[in-house]
Amino acid sequence: MFEGFASLLSTYGPLLAEAVVMTLTVTAGAYTLGFLIGVPLAIVRTYGRKSLRSAAAAYIEVIRGTPMVVQLFILYYAAPAAGLTLPPTIAAILALGLNSAAYQAEYFRASFLAVAKTQWEAALSLGFTEKQTIKTIILPQSIRVAIPALTNELVYMLKYSSIAYFITVPELVYTGKFIGSRTFMYTEIYAIIAVIYVTFSLIFTEGMKTVEKKASAPGILLHERI
Amino acid sequence: MDPEVLNYISVIFSGLINTIILTFVGIAIGTALGAVLAFMEVMGPPSLSRVIGWVTRIIRGIPLLVILFLIFYGFPRLGIPLPPLPSAMLGIGIRSGVYQSQLFRGSMEAVGRGQLEAAFSLGLSKWGAFKHVILPQAVRLMIPGWVNEFTIVLKDTSIAYAIGVTEIFTEAVHVAQVVLDYLPPLLIVAAMYFTICYSVSHISDRLYRKFMIPGLGGSIEQGAENV
Repeated sequence: MFEGFASLLSTYGPLLAEAVVMTLTVTAGAYTLGFLIGVPLAIVRTYGRKSLRSAAAAYIEVIRGTPMVVQLFILYYAAPAAGLTLPPTIAAILALGLNSAAYQAEYFRASFLAVAKTQWEAALSLGFTEKQTIKTIILPQSIRVAIPALTNELVYMLKYSSIAYFITVPELVYTGKFIGSRTFMYTEIYAIIAVIYVTFSLIFTEGMKTVEKKASAPGILLHERI
Repeated sequence: MDPEVLNYISVIFSGLINTIILTFVGIAIGTALGAVLAFMEVMGPPSLSRVIGWVTRIIRGIPLLVILFLIFYGFPRLGIPLPPLPSAMLGIGIRSGVYQSQLFRGSMEAVGRGQLEAAFSLGLSKWGAFKHVILPQAVRLMIPGWVNEFTIVLKDTSIAYAIGVTEIFTEAVHVAQVVLDYLPPLLIVAAMYFTICYSVSHISDRLYRKFMIPGLGGSIEQGAENV
């Protein structure tokens, strides 16, 4: 059994390293995209005009109500018929990112609502506009509140990047399947891959804890943590 | 309506039974496992509690897809051939179990230490206090998180496609591959998931209020879907 692991690692180590890079690329790409879309989505969903608010809410509900695999397949297999052909890696980043945006928007919304109402009143009474209040008062505080939820989301993205396997992105699971089909050591290779995923999810969790500590601002009173 | 579309729908619906079986069995295994893990983590000796904490943390770090492959390829190696459907039930159940243990633990902690001390001072055993005092309150606090977990499990059953379980997503992909048109079957299957998720998550609030005992304390932290 253990010789199996050793021989797999020595033969396929470089290939696995490439797969790790691909998994991390998809994770980071999707998470960043999710953040960049998620923040404005949350602002519109919370503070926007009624029509915009409903549109944002509908997007979030639809994304959260359907499996990510279905979204990925629509983007990769169904979109070409409509003239949108994407390379697998781009399709995976886009599908996961659009999905993450909906979840991140919900975390941000919860964190916006966690900032005390008196802060709004204070800002408005000082003559801030709504836009200024969101930008300079609400966002800096609520992003800090959202960090634990954003940590979970990052680990989620890491794990869900595995479904990119279905559309032939050469990430960890896809590479595992390839190595398994050559060596017939499916169990061993998936055990190795599981260890890699666990390692990175622990690293991400610890890393985000450091970010949380670094970003914490003393004296900020928050209603609740989400 | 185009008769072809009706054909799609009937083929996709034929997978619904497996999707439902997977969801309910997965949730059931997960609830049983989650309750036991949470009980051991909260009530057990510190060393056991630490071990459970690490085991659940490790399993939570593995993607469901990898768990499914490990079970699907691993069990035959141990001399236990496991067909796709039971493999998927087990994998989804284990994944849900480690998440539900978090839910149980969170709501048990929300019930509060004081209740536990009161129960012990009345002479209840650890198990008795858990069963009669903590659990009935914790289960009520758990409802929203638990309904949420139900929708996560439902959506995750689509990943069982990887090991060849013929649930609705697999059927939709098969239809798509036969008719060489992906969009209609995928939209139909998306609508099916959405209908179930949407209605389930909207009865959550009603359930919560229905089972709430007025005057009972405790509150659970909400908001983060991925506990």
